Amino acid sequence: MSAIEVMGLTKRYKDFQAVDDVSFSVSRGETFVLLGPNGAGKTTTIEILEGFRTRTSGEVKVLGQDPQRASRAFRARIGIVQQSAGDLGRLSVRDTITHFASLYPNPRKVEEVIEAVGLHGKASEPIKKLSGGQQHRVDVALGLIGNPEVLFLDEPTTGFDPEVRRAFWEVIRGLQQEGMTIMLTTHYLDEAEELGHRGGVIVDGKLVALGKISEIGGRESRKPEVSWVEAGVQRIERTDDPTLFIGELSKRIGSAPENLQVKVPNLEQVYLQLIADHRNGVTIED
Amino acid sequence: MKTELPSILGVGIRRIGYELKSYIRTPDAVFFNFFFPLMMLFIFTAAFSNLEIDVPGAGRVLTSADVYLPAMLAMGVLVSGTQNLGIDMAIEKHDGTLRRLSGSPISPVSYFIGKFGQVFVSATLQAVAIVLTARFVFGAYLPETIELWLTFAWVFYLGLLASSILGIAISALPRSAKSANAVILPPILILQFISGIYLSFTTLPEWLQNFASVFPVKWIGQGFRAVFYPDQFKSVELGGDWFLDQVAIAITIWVALGVVFTLLTFRWVKKS
Repeated sequence: MSAIEVMGLTKRYKDFQAVDDVSFSVSRGETFVLLGPNGAGKTTTIEILEGFRTRTSGEVKVLGQDPQRASRAFRARIGIVQQSAGDLGRLSVRDTITHFASLYPNPRKVEEVIEAVGLHGKASEPIKKLSGGQQHRVDVALGLIGNPEVLFLDEPTTGFDPEVRRAFWEVIRGLQQEGMTIMLTTHYLDEAEELGHRGGVIVDGKLVALGKISEIGGRESRKPEVSWVEAGVQRIERTDDPTLFIGELSKRIGSAPENLQVKVPNLEQVYLQLIADHRNGVTIED
Repeated sequence: MKTELPSILGVGIRRIGYELKSYIRTPDAVFFNFFFPLMMLFIFTAAFSNLEIDVPGAGRVLTSADVYLPAMLAMGVLVSGTQNLGIDMAIEKHDGTLRRLSGSPISPVSYFIGKFGQVFVSATLQAVAIVLTARFVFGAYLPETIELWLTFAWVFYLGLLASSILGIAISALPRSAKSANAVILPPILILQFISGIYLSFTTLPEWLQNFASVFPVKWIGQGFRAVFYPDQFKSVELGGDWFLDQVAIAITIWVALGVVFTLLTFRWVKKS
């Protein structure tokens, strides 16, 4: 059974189509990444799944329920990592997490969660005395404390320094090993590659690609690229079998090709191409 | 795996502890809500220290502490309820608190138990502090019959309920967390002036008296005067009596309308 199912989701504001006929599903235990530039509709989509926003049309099911009519029992089964907005602060990390634990039927152990987000040294500090990155770890802890079946993270590492981001990824990997279903949005491609099993690219409200992170964009866009210099001219050739190609190339030239390079397009190149193609009106197959 | 949600009442009681802890760690709230009426009692008592009102038949002379005690208690009900909740909930609407809670399985009923609990505990302590200070620092007279203290108790707690609900209602006014203080404080100050807290109610023009009678504060002050003033003083009141039945009816209507209003309008977050 899918943990999340989205069919033809559309969200229209007065004169603005924020989400346009988006469909995807997320299996249990899977980490699904919604990629896209700022303003593409990632946050609108995830907020509809979290039950914070209404939709204009389409079908949405999270754990078999419509989040728009979320019951309290449903809320106990999902976790939302909110962006710290200054609402926490007067109480200590431990007091705050302990209080939120008491709202859930089946919470995780407070000390384990504090440990998992790396705040054990700061557990007795008032939250407002923590750095921004540390405060965000409290947000993550509060998203986890109810032991959710599905965890939502909206741009979880925006504004993190590289070290903190790596530590955060470790926390997420731990949750993946436990089998938690995770849905996250990001505009960082390395984050999508590090954490995502599957994902989609959303541009101007439209889902322009969907699939395994390693296959997004399709085979054609991932074809390796061989480049070399021949008679003073830069040459580029794309081929499915670079080894065979280079062998033949060497035989033809009669020596090792000059400045030989083989590049496999990474997610970033594929992604940028997808966005450019979409904005130029090219349709892309899944 | 346990799937039964924690009880609404149990969570509500834990919220009271959580709210109280947050409250006492917010110095400006403690100062402007908790200590403010006490400070005003000091100022009024000192400013009018020569005041002595001889009431024929009362068997005692009223000093400035006697005159201002019921007014400061009514002010306490107003600031601990309306002002405290009005500002607090306005901030929580805009700073992400309510949004965060709405993502959890908490019931709004538990949330309100926490809010009212915090108000009732802090307002009770505040009233005790005001009464004890008036008595032991300024030598104010305190009622000696159980009946009068029971009257005090129902006016106080019914009034506090109405005052808290008024706070929930006006928390809708500020458009941001930053503007909460600036938007909530002026109407509360005006309410104090027209409800007989700073100025004697009967000296106000009739139209202003009528307007003030729409709000619960005037009635709370009147109920407290019935408790702390000599009974002979009722001749100074509008209509020459304490009219405790009207006090009860007016405040109860406020509570009833407020509860309906809150139930109909409260949303964790406005969904867009």
